[in-house]
Amino acid sequence: MDSASAIDAPRGARLPTVVSDRLAKKYSRNLKERAIEALLFLAAFVSVFTTAGIVYILVKESVVFFSQVPILDFLTDRQWTPLFDDAHYGIRVLLSGTITSSVVALLVAIPLGTTIAVYLSEFASPRAREVAKPVLELLSGVPTIVYGYFALLFVTPLLQALIPSLPGFNLLSAGIVMGIMIVPYVASISEDAMRAVPMSLREGSFAMGATRLQTAMKVVVPAATSGIAAAYILGISRAVGETMILAVAAGMQPNLTFNPLEPAATITAYIVQVALGDLPHGSVGYQTIFAAGLSLLLLTLMFNLIGFWMRRRYREVY
Amino acid sequence: MSAIAPSRTEVRRLIVRARRLDVLFVALGIVALGIGFATFVALFLDMLIDGWSRLRPEFFTQFPSRRAGQAGILSAWVGTLLVMIVTACVAVPLGVAAGIYLEEYAPKNWVTDLIEINITNLAGVPSIVYGLLALGLFVYAFGLGQSVQTAGLTLALLILPVVIVATREAIRSIPGMIREGAYAVGATRWQTVKDHIIPYSTPGILTGVIIGMSRAIGETAPIITIGALTFIAFLPPPPVTGDFPFLSFEWLSAPFTVMPIQMFNWTSRPDPAFHANAAAAGTILVFMTLAMNALAIWLRFRLRKNIKW
Amino acid sequence: MVTDMEARTQPKAHATMLGSAQPGAMPPGTGEEPAPPLKAESRRLSFHYGSFKALKDVSMPVHEHRVTALIGPSGCGKSTFLRCFNRMHDLYPGNRYDGQIVLHPDNTDLLAADVDPIEVRMRVSMVFQKPNPFPKSIYENVAYGLRVRGVRNKNLLDEKVEESLRGAALWDEVENRLNEVGSNLSGGQQQRLCIARALATDPEIMLFDEPTSALDPIATASIEELISELKKKVTILIVTHNMQQAARVSDFTAYMYLGELVEFDKTDTIFFKPRRKETEDYITGRFG
Repeated sequence: MDSASAIDAPRGARLPTVVSDRLAKKYSRNLKERAIEALLFLAAFVSVFTTAGIVYILVKESVVFFSQVPILDFLTDRQWTPLFDDAHYGIRVLLSGTITSSVVALLVAIPLGTTIAVYLSEFASPRAREVAKPVLELLSGVPTIVYGYFALLFVTPLLQALIPSLPGFNLLSAGIVMGIMIVPYVASISEDAMRAVPMSLREGSFAMGATRLQTAMKVVVPAATSGIAAAYILGISRAVGETMILAVAAGMQPNLTFNPLEPAATITAYIVQVALGDLPHGSVGYQTIFAAGLSLLLLTLMFNLIGFWMRRRYREVY
Repeated sequence: MSAIAPSRTEVRRLIVRARRLDVLFVALGIVALGIGFATFVALFLDMLIDGWSRLRPEFFTQFPSRRAGQAGILSAWVGTLLVMIVTACVAVPLGVAAGIYLEEYAPKNWVTDLIEINITNLAGVPSIVYGLLALGLFVYAFGLGQSVQTAGLTLALLILPVVIVATREAIRSIPGMIREGAYAVGATRWQTVKDHIIPYSTPGILTGVIIGMSRAIGETAPIITIGALTFIAFLPPPPVTGDFPFLSFEWLSAPFTVMPIQMFNWTSRPDPAFHANAAAAGTILVFMTLAMNALAIWLRFRLRKNIKW
Repeated sequence: MVTDMEARTQPKAHATMLGSAQPGAMPPGTGEEPAPPLKAESRRLSFHYGSFKALKDVSMPVHEHRVTALIGPSGCGKSTFLRCFNRMHDLYPGNRYDGQIVLHPDNTDLLAADVDPIEVRMRVSMVFQKPNPFPKSIYENVAYGLRVRGVRNKNLLDEKVEESLRGAALWDEVENRLNEVGSNLSGGQQQRLCIARALATDPEIMLFDEPTSALDPIATASIEELISELKKKVTILIVTHNMQQAARVSDFTAYMYLGELVEFDKTDTIFFKPRRKETEDYITGRFG
């Protein structure tokens, strides 16, 4: 206000009204600024509400569920038959499907994704990289239901030609397609990590007479280890949470197995199966999907936190 | 010098061998990329061929039917369109506002840290968990029903991190001197944001919104979880009516289906005749998401080319 | 060695004598002592970054078991010139060499199209501006060049690693921590580790690209001492920003400006009796 009165001082008599005018304006302006800031803050805080909502809903329903099903049974029972009269709630059954399909997916995604990342980061020309990266992004933008269709009606028949005994629903085909879906994800994060390795390290290696591959494998990849590991772990988290490919192509039959040639339900596929039926709100069957969802959330949360922490670490190094 | 001189031929042989590995790896890299692209091409062609017979104009104007040959995606694409409208109307203002807050307003304190951690974490939460949230919260606690609005809100929450991250990146690329310039002529914070930050970051935000929406279009799991019906042979009430006040929001609470759910339904039927429908719907879905992604990539490319601060 | 001692005399003491320097002094190599044998020489070397000509017709000898310093203002092309000797420029697209760098005694043109840059780098090693140890153990850092050459014999590796670390005056400090990560060392130690790494493969020429610019004075002194020691075994080419450093460590000095070699001579001649006015201006600080 000092400057305002200084400017207005020569106007003499009108000074007081001008100042109060400006004061009033300042207050209303401040009020408006404050209100806008508060609104923007609320928008940002929606993410906290969302997390709180997720945790609240999952925990609330799970508490009711676990009051009827002992948590020990949940963890150790070898059957998952919540909709039968003789109900069993062994999450291990669903976990086995989730783990098996994720392992298959990673066996596809990690070698392919890492190879692509090393190739794009250390070998490809900038031009090739500029073309390949967006195309890879397109690949990861395909809806998962479409991948599900592809797994069930293209990859499975193809695999059946090689393995005649393969059933129409199986974890193998779903896992392979899921792996392909995760490739761009793994490749892109690993490539970021490798590109963050300073050029001086590469030059040091080349100056010793190393080839590109030697430099890539002995210097760049080790230097980017934590970033690459983060890519893998975030890829695992992706695989564990993937739903539609498995719901479509792996069958929704609970099956305690680690054999990818068999059909089996995953945690996610089970939730879909229950949601497709018409379970009454408040029944134990309804609550199982929240207990399953909570297990899923904890699993992915664990992987995400590890991955997040590792990514942060490589950012700190350079 | 002399230590290497006698074995120079040996060194050469070594280099030749090492170089051969280099070439081998390049081949491997190209094969790996090729597998990715080939999968994509196979996927697209497979669906196109399977669904070609159904890709006719009637397919868009018919309701689903018990007979595969007469089934169409009318209710599905209308449903998708309506859900997307709700999603965009919720996610864009919320996401952009949150991005602006975090970049331009947020103080460095634990609340801001909490928000940031939440956004990072939400980006990694499986989509089906959002479905469970919506089922417990929107459907039952808020009583919004298994409706267009529930689906729209769910997908909005799902893509919110994408929009926020894109907004923040777009804002971050605006150099500080722009802000200083605005403040120097006496603009308030909000005026600076409204007149400079938002306009200059619009293309970047748009890229994020398009990518987020393309993800929302293809999302199936959370919508199934909230209990969307898979067989809908009617359209929601139209938003414009003949009577005063000419606008109706009944469609918000109408039951609905969307494209990916329709496709899921057809895919999971044993009768192969329906698979053609699924393939046709899938082709359209892929085409839509591809177009949106391509648009986003193109926008980003142009952005990088045009803007030189 | 005579030149060594002369190089160590304080250049400042002679700065006042520059005014009395004879114009048209003796041509290089015809001094009091016979010129040492040539290890390499560049012949009419030009270099392009894309369309930018960074080096113009540079012809310069490199004498065996001597330290040759490249000095000149920033952007004069001294680093570019240095990096031609092990073809580091091949790593980036759009670069072009014209002319030759001939390596003696076998008269190989390092820049010839049919000469493999990897083979060149195996003979000519390099130490960089900033220490760049690999994210590996100290041992593996030093053994890297040997492993790249396919050496698997553990005894030979052990022997070479120790020898190189001793050569780089680092052995006593790291003897008991060879399995620690190289980046845990101090800046000066890291740079000596990089020197050990470059030394392990018995290079014929070692290139130093401003090796002390990221180091404190004490670490700098130890590196300089090391360089004077190393020339008994290997021919050294060093780029430096610091004229005192050039005066202290080198036997020959080349002054470059705008991509051209302005003057090349024995270090004391360059510093005390330069033939060219530009060199004198630069040395006495009248330039830049």
